[in-house]
Amino acid sequence: MCTGIVENTRVSGSGRGPEGWFPLNQASVSYDHPDHTPSERAVIIDFLNVTAGPESRVAVELTPESAKNLVHAILASLSRGEGSEARARDKSSQ
Amino acid sequence: MRNYRTDMYEGMIAETVTVPGQNGRVINAYFARPLGSGPFPGVVLIHHAPGWDEWYRETTRKFAHHGYLAISPNIYYQFGHGAPEDIAAKVRAAGGVPDDDVVGDIAESLGYLKSLPQSNGKVGVFGTCSGGRQVFLVACRTKGFDAAVDCWGGRVVMSQQELTPKYPVAPIDYTKDLSCPLLGLFGEEDQFPTPQQVAQHEQELKKYGKTYEFHMYPKAGHGFFYYDRSGYRQEQAVDGWNKVFTFFEKYLGAPG
Repeated sequence: MCTGIVENTRVSGSGRGPEGWFPLNQASVSYDHPDHTPSERAVIIDFLNVTAGPESRVAVELTPESAKNLVHAILASLSRGEGSEARARDKSSQ
Repeated sequence: MRNYRTDMYEGMIAETVTVPGQNGRVINAYFARPLGSGPFPGVVLIHHAPGWDEWYRETTRKFAHHGYLAISPNIYYQFGHGAPEDIAAKVRAAGGVPDDDVVGDIAESLGYLKSLPQSNGKVGVFGTCSGGRQVFLVACRTKGFDAAVDCWGGRVVMSQQELTPKYPVAPIDYTKDLSCPLLGLFGEEDQFPTPQQVAQHEQELKKYGKTYEFHMYPKAGHGFFYYDRSGYRQEQAVDGWNKVFTFFEKYLGAPG
């Protein structure tokens, strides 16, 4: 909380913690000083189940540059996957 | 500062206790003190954003080792209990702990230390990171502290856009109310706070004629005391700790 920069978003999916898989309902994205990554600043992503205990968390700390790479990778993956589905739908409707 | 000899007696007790929090609540705290009847000066430690963690327990014991009654209250207690980093993540996602809550809890810890029979009646407050910011806030909004040490506290200077219901006033705007001498330690490469923000804070302290010492360390960024993080800077940390103990001894009296 040195920076106070945090963005929360609702998510649907599952995360795997030390106790196994659990449902996720929030992703909390911060730009702050990391706990572990040897970097002055990091993008910290906590995938959470806010209705469960604090241990229901999957955490990552990414250097700012690698966080941008991750965003591009997610968008590229979505674009390819959703594009494939759209093409399949078009083909089956012909 | 305390001079150690190989033939001197030394002992301390360090344990988790419960102390009053604001509004009559009971919170947990880590309390370390030298053995003996004192009188000892006291220090309240405000933990950092990574949580009420091992570094803060060690630092609490470090103050006791140097002859202080030292207490570190868990200012995240309202977020429940678990691994410190998991609780810190909850606090982060929630946008932090309200300033009013921290001020209330720390004021209670101040009263707790002063009530102890071993107290010499003088108490300082120490904090790093978000705890450094809260040190300044508490030193402005409460009476009774005799010295304050802010280590690299960010967001003392805040823009209008950064203010929230939890942080309704930028700490710098309380400067005229600062009630005790202030020591500030900062790193030149830090971005939270930037050297420019530290300079702005210093101007405000000068404007109101406050007693303060600010030290800006070259080749250091944020958290240069943290030996377990990549930002650790040995030379600056050693000098910084010397400044902390010299400052407290000046304003709190000789440690035990």
